Amino acid sequence: MSRRTAPLGRLALGALGIAAVIAVWEGYKAVAPDTGVVVGGTTVLPRSSDIAMPHVWDMFSRLSDPVIGTIGDTMWQTVLDAGLFTLRIAAFGWIIGVVVGFALALVMQRFTIAEAAVLPWIVLSQTVPLIAIAPLVRRWGSQITIGGFEWQSEHSVAVIAAYLAFFPVAVGVLRGLKAPDATHVDLMHTYGIGWWRTLVSLRLPASVPFLLPALRLAAASAVIGTVVAEVSIGLRGGVGRLIIEYAQSASSDPAKPWAPIFAAIAVGLVAAAFVGLLGLALKPYRRSEIPA
Amino acid sequence: MNDIKPAVEVRAVSRTFGGRKGASVTALESVDLSVAPGEFVSLIGPSGCGKSTLLRLIADLDTPTSGELSVFGKPARQARVDQDYGIAFQQAGLLPWKTVTGNIELPLALHGAGRSERRARVSELLELIGLTDFAGHYPDQLSGGMQQRVAIARALAESPKLLLMDEPFGALDEMTRERMQNELVRICAETQAAVVFVTHSIPEAVFLSDRVVVMSPRPGRITDVIDVSLGGPAERDDSLREDEAFFRGVAKVREALHGVPVAGARGVDTR
Repeated sequence: MSRRTAPLGRLALGALGIAAVIAVWEGYKAVAPDTGVVVGGTTVLPRSSDIAMPHVWDMFSRLSDPVIGTIGDTMWQTVLDAGLFTLRIAAFGWIIGVVVGFALALVMQRFTIAEAAVLPWIVLSQTVPLIAIAPLVRRWGSQITIGGFEWQSEHSVAVIAAYLAFFPVAVGVLRGLKAPDATHVDLMHTYGIGWWRTLVSLRLPASVPFLLPALRLAAASAVIGTVVAEVSIGLRGGVGRLIIEYAQSASSDPAKPWAPIFAAIAVGLVAAAFVGLLGLALKPYRRSEIPA
Repeated sequence: MNDIKPAVEVRAVSRTFGGRKGASVTALESVDLSVAPGEFVSLIGPSGCGKSTLLRLIADLDTPTSGELSVFGKPARQARVDQDYGIAFQQAGLLPWKTVTGNIELPLALHGAGRSERRARVSELLELIGLTDFAGHYPDQLSGGMQQRVAIARALAESPKLLLMDEPFGALDEMTRERMQNELVRICAETQAAVVFVTHSIPEAVFLSDRVVVMSPRPGRITDVIDVSLGGPAERDDSLREDEAFFRGVAKVREALHGVPVAGARGVDTR
C-alpha cells in the first residue's frame, strides 16, 4: 500500500508483461530446433515447429478468418459468442457460489458448533474431482421439473461452477466476520445491540478486506469450473466445448485451438475486472485503523 | 460514602474463571466497592490483580460468580441496556471505515437518534476534545492520542453519568499521556460523570482520582483504598505534578502497592 504506481504506469507494466510472454515464445521458437531437444530418448525441451508452437501473429490472424474454409462466421465472432455464453453461465455460478458461501460463513460465525460440524465438509468438498460430480449433477438435475421450469444442461454447469466458487467465499468471509477485535465486539455488546445489528454495523464492514480476495478467487474458480463442466457434461455453445472441438484440428490448423483459449482468458479478465470494480465501490471499508 | 444510589455498588463480588482439568483461577475474591456519583475512582495494581475484570463486571461484559453488583441502583445488565455508562478501552477501537464524526455518533446512530440531534451532539463533543478540524478525518489519519480522544468523545456521546475506562492511555507516550490526563480532568469537570479508571500508573491514578483503589493478585482483591483528592479541576494542572501533596499521594499509593505498612492501611501483602 505504501508504494502506489500511477494507473498509466500500471497499464504500461501490464502491456510489458504481455510483450515479455510473446518475446519468450517467439524467442524460443527462433532459437530451439524444430524437433525440440531430446536427451537419451526424453524430450527435455518441447518441439518448436509451427504445428506445436504456431507464431503469435498466426494465432491472432486466425481470429479474423472463417472457422471452416473460406466462408461463414469468422473465428473471432464464434469465440466471442462462446465466450459470452460461458461468461453468462460463470456469472450465474459465481452468484450462486457467493450466496451459498456467504450463508455458510454466517451460520458458521453464528454457531460455533456449526463451524466444527460444517467446515471439514467444506474443505473435503473441494477434494472431489469435478469430472466425478458432473454426471451426478446432470442426472439429479434432469429429474427436477418445477412448474414450467425444466432443468437444462447449462444449469448443471452453473451448479458445478458454484461448487468451486463457494469455497473461497465461505472460508474468506468466515475469517472476515471474525476479524473485528475484542474491543469492537465488547463495544457493540455495551451498546446492547444484538447479533444481527452487530453483523450489519461491525462484522460485515470489517470483513470487506477478506471478502474481496475471496470474491476474486471465486470468480476465477467459477470460470474454470464452467469451462471444465462444459467439457464434462458436453454442453454445446461455450468455450469448453470449442477447446475440445478445435483441439482435433491442431495438426491441420495449429493456430485454431488457440482461439477458444484466448476467449477463456478474456472471460477470466472480465470476471476479474468486475470484482475489481466491486473493490472500488467498497473502498471506504478497506481502511485500516493503524495510522498511515 | 453517599449511599443514596451510588454510581457503582459492588458487594462481595467474586469471579472465578474455570480452567480445563479443574484448574480454576480466582480473578476476584469478595470485593466491595462503592463509587459515588461524580466521583473519580482509579483501580490500580499489578497484572492479574483483577482490575480489568472488575471493570468488565461493572460494564456487564462479564458476570460475577457470586456477589452483587449494581449501577445506579440497577443490576449491571439493566444499566448496560439502559446505556447508563460510556466505556473506553486501551485500544481506541474506532471503526476504521468511519470518519471521526461517524465514530463519535455511532452509539447515537445505533440507538436511533435523529440526524440533527446527532450533528449537534457531535459538534459539542468535537469542541470538548478539541478536534473540530478533524471531523471528516478517518482514524488512520489520526495520531494515537487523537484516536483515544475520539474514543472518549464516543464514550461521552450519550451523556452517561458513569464513565468506565480500561487503561485508556496505556498505549500512549508519556507526554501525550500527561496532556490527555489534563484533558480528562477538564472533561470530567464539565460532564460531572463518575469515573472508574483502570491504570497501572501510580502518578496517573494520583493525579486524576478522588480515591485510588489498590488491588493485589492471586486472588485478586482490594488491599487498600487511598483518599487523594488533590483539589478541584481548576487546581489540577501541570503545576500539581510538582506539588508536595501530589508526591505524598504517589508515595502513599506506592507503599500500599508494595505492601509496606502505612498508618491506617488494612491488609498487608508481604512479598
